[in-house]
Amino acid sequence: MSDVLAITEHRQGELRDVSHEVVTAGSELAEAAGGDLHLGVIGGDVDAFADAVNLEGVDTIHTVDEGEEFNHDIYTQAVEQLFDATGASLLLIPHTVNGMDYAPAVAGKLDVPVVTDAIELGYNGGLEVTREMYGSKVETTVDVDSDEAIVTTRPAEWTPTEADGDASVEAFDADIDESAVGSTVTGFEEAAGGDVDLSESEFIVSIGRGIEEEENLELVEALAETVGADLGSSRPLVDNGWLPKNRQVGQSGKVVTPDVYIAIGISGAVQHVAGMKGADTIIAVNTDPSAPIFDIADYGAVGDLFDVVPALIEEFGGEAP
Amino acid sequence: MKVLVTVKEVAEPEDDFQISGLEIDEKFLEYDLNEWDDYAVEEAVQLKEENDEVEEVVAVTIGPERSEETIRMALAKGADRAVRVWDDAFEAGEVLDPNAKARVLAAVAEEEDPDLIFTGVQADDDSIGGTGVALADELGFQWAAVVNAFEYDIDSGVANVHRELEGGVEEVTEVEAPAVFTIQTGINEPRYASLRGIRQAQSKEIAPKTLGDLGLDDSAIETPVGITDMYEPETEADTEYIEGSADEMAEGIAEILRKKGVAE
Ligand SMILES: Cc1cc2nc3c(=O)[nH]c(=O)nc-3n(C[C@H](O)[C@H](O)[C@H](O)COP(=O)(O)OP(=O)(O)OC[C@H]3O[C@@H](n4cnc5c(N)ncnc54)[C@H](O)[C@@H]3O)c2cc1C
Ligand SMILES: Nc1ncnc2c1ncn2[C@@H]1O[C@H](COP(=O)(O)O)[C@@H](O)[C@H]1O
Repeated sequence: MSDVLAITEHRQGELRDVSHEVVTAGSELAEAAGGDLHLGVIGGDVDAFADAVNLEGVDTIHTVDEGEEFNHDIYTQAVEQLFDATGASLLLIPHTVNGMDYAPAVAGKLDVPVVTDAIELGYNGGLEVTREMYGSKVETTVDVDSDEAIVTTRPAEWTPTEADGDASVEAFDADIDESAVGSTVTGFEEAAGGDVDLSESEFIVSIGRGIEEEENLELVEALAETVGADLGSSRPLVDNGWLPKNRQVGQSGKVVTPDVYIAIGISGAVQHVAGMKGADTIIAVNTDPSAPIFDIADYGAVGDLFDVVPALIEEFGGEAP
Repeated sequence: MKVLVTVKEVAEPEDDFQISGLEIDEKFLEYDLNEWDDYAVEEAVQLKEENDEVEEVVAVTIGPERSEETIRMALAKGADRAVRVWDDAFEAGEVLDPNAKARVLAAVAEEEDPDLIFTGVQADDDSIGGTGVALADELGFQWAAVVNAFEYDIDSGVANVHRELEGGVEEVTEVEAPAVFTIQTGINEPRYASLRGIRQAQSKEIAPKTLGDLGLDDSAIETPVGITDMYEPETEADTEYIEGSADEMAEGIAEILRKKGVAE
């Protein structure tokens, strides 16, 4: 019998979706391991958050009333103490940017192995984790031969639990060593807006590293203009300064939900997919038949964008540059 | 003042590859410097160029002899020297536990005694995304993960960083050195290695070290975490493929766009 402890996440007063997802992952795992599911709610309006995550499958919610926003020094200490106090042997932390900022430190402090970015969990006497490698081209099964383990769970892989529960809520008095708090969050900034808000777009032509050179961008710009779509892109083009940040689709860019999304020369990394999988229809053009983008595309064309895009422009009566 | 940068040679499978056993056969792999580490090297080299106080930028890698070619790219771009750790104990396969890997990198850091350490956010091949923070914990350093803006005040030893969160929101954080920063792509513009840089890199040191040289033994990298299966993922979507020539593909796509009513 193994108990599971899962940690929720919030930002700027809002509980984040991963909190509901980690409840699903946690309750499935707790059931398989024959144990209870404990939830940790740390910082912010803990009572309101605890109320919101009092969901089906949760046995006990532990609130730690320390700080307003995420601070990795407080989280690391609080989670370490919760793990000990609850007697849990399995710890789940969402694999978010903040999860990445403290899960390995908790693992180090507890001296418990950590497996990151899980997409599936199994328990059969021991923990079995499914995770990807090589930009989602390969899946692996990872066994953890240890009684205790920490797993970070990929966002949007588990269906969020919405059904209400009847967990008991307990305030946990964490003993935070303030002298160990060496980082101070001083605020938040929003990446600048721009000429277009892709989250409102109905039709997006999106381009990735397959475009190779900045000069080639005019080709997809011509396509977007000819078909009347907004131009989006994957991250590397924005990193290179070829396109402004407001064009970036993905985890750290825009989440878009157009009727049609054409992904051209985009491999389909998880952080890109996070921003566009809600599109009604996804069309992918890529030279690599094993590109992960084809796993989520409705329509696929295995071809060279430098041939397909000009032909498509012509198809709509435009002129390729 | 010294800056340490961790760099990894990552493997990328070709479009057509095969898995044999628990790995992709080497003949289907191409090797390159991890994209995130390229940005980390650039950040360190810029810091040195802008501050006389920064005496040295040292690159450290855990990798086999083959990786020297890749590590030399970091030297060609301005790192002063490199340390390469390898040992028979690593031959068994990739160390998947970031804290095990961090123990090795920490042993090098303890010898080098840097004020700042830059790592990448993640390695492109196994995408663990945990080594930097694990390293900070191992050393008792402060840290910040997923940093996309970095400013350092040498006098006060305080770094002012932006952490790139989800959805275009950035957290602004102050971090006291000594500290580890996991560097996000886009933070700077990594330079191309100049011919001169490439030539100079040939004579820069890449010091090989075994676990024993670092005062460690095999137990340092022992971990209960191991890969037991590797396969190509089954696709969940029933993707409809549009076959034929480029013109035929364009026709097929055009038809879909018209049917969906987004283009005429
Ligand atoms: C914390 C974090 C946040 C991130 N946030 C984002 C984000 O918001 N958005 C985002 O996009 N990424 C994000 N990333 C980066 C992500 O992991 C990938 O690195 C990135 O999405 C890859 O972009 P790409 O598909 O354009 O490039 P690649 O992965 O290099 O793919 C290029 C593709 O083009 C194809 N191609 C090449 N030539 C041609 C041709 N002639 N014709 C057709 N196809 C061709 C190739 O087969 C390949 O599939 C994030 C990463 C991290 C760690
Ligand atoms: N074998 C290695 N040698 C040197 N640095 C590494 C190694 N593996 C990971 N790192 C560093 O840790 C970062 C994150 O990698 P990972 O946690 O493996 O995804 C990388 O960008 C590197 O800077």
